[in-house]
Amino acid sequence: MNTNQICRAVMVLALSTSLTAVAEEKAVTDSERIEQYREMISDGNPAEFDEMRGEELWKTPAGPKNASLEQCDLGKGKGVVKGAYAEMPRYFKDTKMVQDLESRLLTCMTTLQGIPEEQITAKPFASDKKDSDISSLATYVAGQSKGMKMKVSTKHPKVKEAYEIGKRIFNYRAGPYDFACSTCHATSGVRIRMQDLPNMRSSKKDAQTAYTSWPAYRVSQGLTRSFQWRLNDCFRQQRFPEPKFASEATIALTTYLAVSANGAKYAGPGLKR
Amino acid sequence: MGKPMKIRASVKEGMTEVKILMQHDMETGLRKEADGTLIPAWFITEVKAEYEGRTVLEAQFGQSISKNPYLMFMFKGGSAGGKVKISWVDNKGDSRSDEVTISA
Repeated sequence: MNTNQICRAVMVLALSTSLTAVAEEKAVTDSERIEQYREMISDGNPAEFDEMRGEELWKTPAGPKNASLEQCDLGKGKGVVKGAYAEMPRYFKDTKMVQDLESRLLTCMTTLQGIPEEQITAKPFASDKKDSDISSLATYVAGQSKGMKMKVSTKHPKVKEAYEIGKRIFNYRAGPYDFACSTCHATSGVRIRMQDLPNMRSSKKDAQTAYTSWPAYRVSQGLTRSFQWRLNDCFRQQRFPEPKFASEATIALTTYLAVSANGAKYAGPGLKR
Repeated sequence: MGKPMKIRASVKEGMTEVKILMQHDMETGLRKEADGTLIPAWFITEVKAEYEGRTVLEAQFGQSISKNPYLMFMFKGGSAGGKVKISWVDNKGDSRSDEVTISA
């Protein structure tokens, strides 16, 4: 994190503490302060710029076939984005696969627009230098489910299978540190530095809050991050080999986490430290 | 021309609350590329807010302000339907102006 990026946090924190000085009488915990900070900056979320960018990309013809993505079927019919994210991952007949939002967008971009898959997956995540089209698109589509209830169905046997595989990956210890997702995310009331770690295995509420806040703008990085990025970075932190973008393993894990969040209102795109 | 801002303005009990989200890299001039070369400074230097042509806020920004700055302020006397115009200028001479109608 460079000084420039810390400053936003410091500025708003300073503001939030001064405004709540009256309520200071009772002890305010660190996590409550972080909560206040999140609330204060929530209506100035730069992820909105990515939503705008994503919407533009969705509607503008592009690629060798010079087509827009308005014919893309995200599971609720061609071109329907409203509420699509709240029901993903889901099984798609045309690809005979369970797909999360980003892998589905990848399908649409390759089939409808004719963009070679390698061109998209070579550098699928945004950096300081370069925006990521697929991340912006995902942010836009996800934003169209804001306020809607998560309802990922496991009725289809393939989705059920993905859920079970995802659950196993979540609990699978491996790598040089003998880590699993569950090492950090299956205990309640623990934190790393100042961040509370959600217990995504046994706390329904934690699982819901965590899942429904992605994609999210990371203040410390100055970039909007997608769920594929989140998983990719979790694997990196565990010193696992980097998963392939939109691979079956990441979709399975996403399915497990999305189903765990069922019933909650989708609250993203979020804003993180 | 700079990238568009997101502005919201609403009036409540005589006070107009304006929330602005600007889109800007806000490079400090202190960061380096992987090869060690400095990334040149590039940041907003001035922000101005006008209500119906009258200046209600002027601010000087610098390197210490974050990327994609968020600014909130209030002023007295605005009314619903009136227009708030926000403009910024950066150190490269680039600028941007956006306007919004105050909601009740």
